[in-house]
Amino acid sequence: MMRENTPAERLYNGIVKENPTFVMLLGMCPTLAVTTMAINGLGMGLTTTVILTMSNLMISLLRKVIPDGVRMPAYIVIVASFVTIVQFLLQGFIPSLYASLGIFIPLIVVNCIILGRAEAYASKHGVIASIFDGIGMGLGFTLALTCIGMVRELIGAGKIFGIQIMPSFYHPVTIFILAPGAFFVLAFLIALQNKFKIGSARVGEDGHPACSRTSCMNCGNRICSGRMAAQTENKEGEA
Amino acid sequence: MADLLHVSASPHIRAKADTPYLMKMVLAALAPAAVFGVVNFGPRALLILVLTVVSCVGFETMMNRLMHRPDTLGDYSAVVTGLLLGMNLPASAPWWLPIVGGAFAIIIVKMLFGGLGENIMNPALGARCFLLISFAGLMCDFSVPSGAFLQVADTVSGATPLAAVKGGESIHLLASFIGYTKGTIGETSALLLLLGGLFLAVTKVIDWRIPASYIGSFAVFVLLFGGHGFDLYYLACQLCTGGLMLGAWFMATDYVTSPITPMGRIIFGIALGVLTGLFRLFGSSAEGVSYAIIFCNLLVPLIERVTIRKAFGKGGKA
Repeated sequence: MMRENTPAERLYNGIVKENPTFVMLLGMCPTLAVTTMAINGLGMGLTTTVILTMSNLMISLLRKVIPDGVRMPAYIVIVASFVTIVQFLLQGFIPSLYASLGIFIPLIVVNCIILGRAEAYASKHGVIASIFDGIGMGLGFTLALTCIGMVRELIGAGKIFGIQIMPSFYHPVTIFILAPGAFFVLAFLIALQNKFKIGSARVGEDGHPACSRTSCMNCGNRICSGRMAAQTENKEGEA
Repeated sequence: MADLLHVSASPHIRAKADTPYLMKMVLAALAPAAVFGVVNFGPRALLILVLTVVSCVGFETMMNRLMHRPDTLGDYSAVVTGLLLGMNLPASAPWWLPIVGGAFAIIIVKMLFGGLGENIMNPALGARCFLLISFAGLMCDFSVPSGAFLQVADTVSGATPLAAVKGGESIHLLASFIGYTKGTIGETSALLLLLGGLFLAVTKVIDWRIPASYIGSFAVFVLLFGGHGFDLYYLACQLCTGGLMLGAWFMATDYVTSPITPMGRIIFGIALGVLTGLFRLFGSSAEGVSYAIIFCNLLVPLIERVTIRKAFGKGGKA
């Protein structure tokens, strides 16, 4: 077990354990909107990472100065300042990315990952830990957006990062680079990672605490259809 | 003595109307229009129908295996989904299109939501809209494949009747009514679909309220906003072309995705009629039936919540 609040633990936490997109389902608006191409996902993710790291640094530095009653406006001002800086930098140096991300750059101000980390982490922890928390969360967000963008671009256009992957007879499934495709891909990627994670989550667990055959009527898990309750009863019978 | 006393919990259903029976009735009612489609468009149409049915059945079996669920092929719902999907495809579609459609209908729209009874929208229509958005060119290619049994001589080139109506051209109304025109495999023959639908309504497999209120409200909408005034010829053209008959009698009445309350069914039908009219008259594409139906499918829980009758003594006015 890693010690808490060390740089390595923060990175692991942000990228894997509490991945903002796949685990916490935060920042859905940019996630669904800009991931039509892998390069857009990567660009959005890295932009957010920079802003998140800087705002975590600044908020952590100012955490003893900002009065509790006005902390939200203070966070917004800090985040908005960094967003404005990054927006001008993008406009000046990467105009193509600036054009394709469009309105979603100014909207980073109200990205709930950034405000969430400010509120939940940077305002309570030291500067170094907060910086690495920002980097970890940002990289987790970048990883997720790039994955979604790659899958959508591959199925919807036959390319990854603009390079033709699919053979020429492949018909691109256009819906995947339209809005519904974002939901399909996000749902499938979350399902896939739950499939791999559920094994470790279920160790030592005997079904739901209220699981018994009499409570099956109220249970949301239709797929189980009484099997968990039967298993629990069998175990109790053996014991 | 034991045979006389059956002790069971309610509801005490005596009718034979179980799911396989209902699905077989729907298949029987669809059969004339499907056969006509095959005659009209040739062996290629038969291949498409077979591919959709086989892929739907196959994907359902596969998903049941993967999800460790009991086998549900015996209820024939996958066959109905497959046939409806096939009837919604153009005969010139490439061979893989029905299979992709069947996979989407069964895996994503039906099985992932929990199988028959849990799907949020009509699987066949969900798949049709998926294909329509993804492969617009292929789905709107209504050229008649070579080798058709009856050459649809005067309509081999040119638009479908519905698109012609939208474009302001005149069409051969009788040909559209009988079905001797272009379109998707199963939608052309308004006559046979109407007969099949009436058969289902008379045998009480479907509730007449949904198609009646759907077609009725659509007709009123067309008369009011069609821009042709009280023109019955134009109205008849709108009613007999496109997927309206197939949608109103066979897809909107899907048990899972239509309201259970009588009042709710009428509201559902009116919403369908208004939306279809809106999409057809003011939308960019000529057809709007499938989008209207899947949209209203999503409204069903809300409609049911509003129209369900309160149990005696629970809330409401005295």
